[in-house]
Amino acid sequence: MSLAVTELRRRPGRFAVATVVLTFLSLLLLLLGGLLDGLFLGSTGAIRAQRADVIVYSDTARDSFLRSRLTTEVRRQVEQVDGVEAVGGLGFSLLGATVPGETDLADVAVAGYELPPSGVPDPPSAGHAWADERLREAGVSIGDTLAVGPAGTPITIDGWVEDTNYLQQGALWVTLDTWREVQNANRPDAFVAPDVVQVFVVRGAGGDGLAAAIDAATGSTSTLTRDDAVFALPGVSEQQSTFNAIIFSTLAVVLAVVALFFSLLTLERTGLYGVLKAIGASTRRLFAGVVIQAVTVAVIAFVIGGVLAFVGDALLPGDIPLQLTPGRYVFTFVALVVAAVLGSAISLRRVTRIDPASAIGSAA
Amino acid sequence: MSSNPAPSGAPLRLEAVRKVYRSGDSEIVAVDHATLTVADGEIVALLGPSGSGKTTLLSIAGGLLTSTEGRVVVGGQDITDRSPRELTEFRRTTVGFVFQSVNLVPFLTAEENLLVVAELSGRSGMSRRDARQRAKELLDELGLGHRAGNLPSQLSGGERQRVAIGRALFNRPALVLFDEPTSALDTKIGEQVMELIQNEMRSRGTAAVIVTHDTRMTHYADRTVRIVDGVLSDDPVAAGHP
Ligand SMILES: Nc1ncnc2c1ncn2[C@@H]1O[C@H](COP(=O)(O)OP(=O)(O)OP(=O)(O)O)[C@@H](O)[C@H]1O
Ligand SMILES: [Mg+2]
Repeated sequence: MSLAVTELRRRPGRFAVATVVLTFLSLLLLLLGGLLDGLFLGSTGAIRAQRADVIVYSDTARDSFLRSRLTTEVRRQVEQVDGVEAVGGLGFSLLGATVPGETDLADVAVAGYELPPSGVPDPPSAGHAWADERLREAGVSIGDTLAVGPAGTPITIDGWVEDTNYLQQGALWVTLDTWREVQNANRPDAFVAPDVVQVFVVRGAGGDGLAAAIDAATGSTSTLTRDDAVFALPGVSEQQSTFNAIIFSTLAVVLAVVALFFSLLTLERTGLYGVLKAIGASTRRLFAGVVIQAVTVAVIAFVIGGVLAFVGDALLPGDIPLQLTPGRYVFTFVALVVAAVLGSAISLRRVTRIDPASAIGSAA
Repeated sequence: MSSNPAPSGAPLRLEAVRKVYRSGDSEIVAVDHATLTVADGEIVALLGPSGSGKTTLLSIAGGLLTSTEGRVVVGGQDITDRSPRELTEFRRTTVGFVFQSVNLVPFLTAEENLLVVAELSGRSGMSRRDARQRAKELLDELGLGHRAGNLPSQLSGGERQRVAIGRALFNRPALVLFDEPTSALDTKIGEQVMELIQNEMRSRGTAAVIVTHDTRMTHYADRTVRIVDGVLSDDPVAAGHP
C-alpha cells in the first residue's frame, strides 16, 4: 500500500494527465450539478417554503397554479374533511416590474397568501410586500415602490425573505386582495373574482390519504402532496431528468478515463508486478495499490475542481442560476470515488492474471 | 534479533520431480524425475545448457511453479500440493529469489527496495524500526551503506544485483535461489558478486541453489549438479572450493 502511495509521491508526472482530465470532469460535474440545483431551487422556492401537507388545485387545472381557480364554496368543503387543520388561499402572477432608478424590468412573481410559508412573516398591509432576496440583484431596496406589470400597480417593499422564488422570478409576498388587484389590473384576460384563489395550501394529518379524502369530498379538485406539487411545476422534472442524464453520462466518462488510464498503467507494470508476486506480494495487495492510486487521483482532482468551481461561482455574473450546495459537493465527491473504484476494478483481472513465474528467466 | 529459524529437515528436497509443459498438442518435458537434496548451508550450482530446465527446476523449488509429479519439500515444508495463495505466503516467508534481470522497484531507493519485503509481510512482519535497522545492516554488509538512498537508476549493474541479494536475504530465508545472477554483468563484476554471494551464504549458513551455464562460476559452490534435457546428474569433476 505504501508502495502505491510512494509511487504517487515520487512520480506525480505519471498521474498528471489523469489528474488534469479528472479535474476538468469534477469541475464539469460541479457546475452541471450547481446549475441544476440553482434552477431547481429558483423555480420551486415558493412551494418548498409552504408549511403545507397538501396543495389543492381545481381539477381542470392539470396541476398548474396559473390555470387553477378555487372558490370559497370549495374551501368550506375542504375545511370539513377529517384531518384538515388549516386552509389558506394562494395565488401567483408572473409579471415584470419597474424598479426606481433601474432601466431593466425585474421579473417578479406576485404571490398572494394567507398562511405564512416558512421564513415569511404574516401578510403585510395592502399594497406592501415581503420581497425575496433575489430581487436585490435587480436593484430593489427596502422602501422602494415597484410599478408592477403593464398597469404599473404600485407595491412597496417592507422587508426581505429568502429562498421563496417561483419559476426563476423574485417573489413578492402580498395579501390575497393585493394579489387579485395586481392580477386583474394586468391580466384582465385571467380575471380573478373576489374570494377566488388559485390553490389552497392545507395543513393536516394523513398525507396521501388526506389528498384523496379532499378530492372525494369536493368532487372538483385535484390534490397533490407538497413534494409532488414541486415536481409538477412546469419544467422542473424535465430539468432534473435532463441534467441528471448529463451528470451520469459525465460520471460514465470519469469511469472510462480511470479504467483506461489504470489498465494501461497496470499493463506497463506487468514485469514489476510479476517480480513482486514472486517475492510474495498477493494479488489483493497489488490490486489494492491500484485502487488507492485511482481514488487518490480522483480525490485530488475533486479538491482542485471544487476550488475552481467555488472561485468560478464567485466570478460568474449573478443572473446565472448556479448554486453550489454542500450536498452537491458531497454527491460529486462520493460519485467520483465510486467511479474511481469501479474504473480501477477493471484492472483486477489483469493483475490477477500476472504469473509470478514471469519474474524468472524464460519459465513463463 | 533472532537467528535463522531452525528448519526441520533439509533446506531443499526434490523427489522425482517432473514438469511437463503442454502447449497445444505437444508436450515438453522440462524436468524429468529430478531428485536433489540440498543440505544445511550448502551452496549448489545447477549447471546446464540453454533450455535444459534449470529455470523450471528453480521455479519449482521456490514455489513459483508447481510440479506435474513428485514431491517438493523446502525447509521441512511440503509445498507440493499448495494453492497459489499458500505459495505466495510460502515465497514471502521461506525462500529468497535473485533473478537474472534488473527487477528492483524503480522508484524506490536501495534501502526501500529491501523494506518492500517487510511491507509485504504487513503486520505479521517486524516493526518498522527493526526493518529499517535490518535493511541498514544488510546494505552495509553488501558494501552499499553509502548507496542506501540511491534509486536503482543511479546504481551500477553490480550494485543493483547486490541490492537484490539483500532483498532476498531480508526475511532470513531457509533457502535462496539464484537464476543466473551474473549473466547480465561483465566477468569481473560477476566474480565479485559470486564471491559476495558465497560469503553471505557461508556467514549465515543459508543454503543456496545457483543456476548458471558458466562453468567458471561453479567453483564458488560446494557442489555442482548438471542438468541436461531435464535430467539431473552429479558432477564430481566440477565440484570443489575456490
Ligand atoms: N511456459 C513454458 N511453456 C512451454 N514450454 C516452456 C515454458 N517454459 C519453459 N519451457 C521449455 O522448457 C524447457 C526448459 O526451459 P527452462 O527455461 O527451464 O530452461 P533453462 O535451462 O533455464 O534455459 P536458459 O539457460 O535458456 O535460461 C525449454 O525447452 C523451454 O522451451
Ligand atoms: Mg533459464
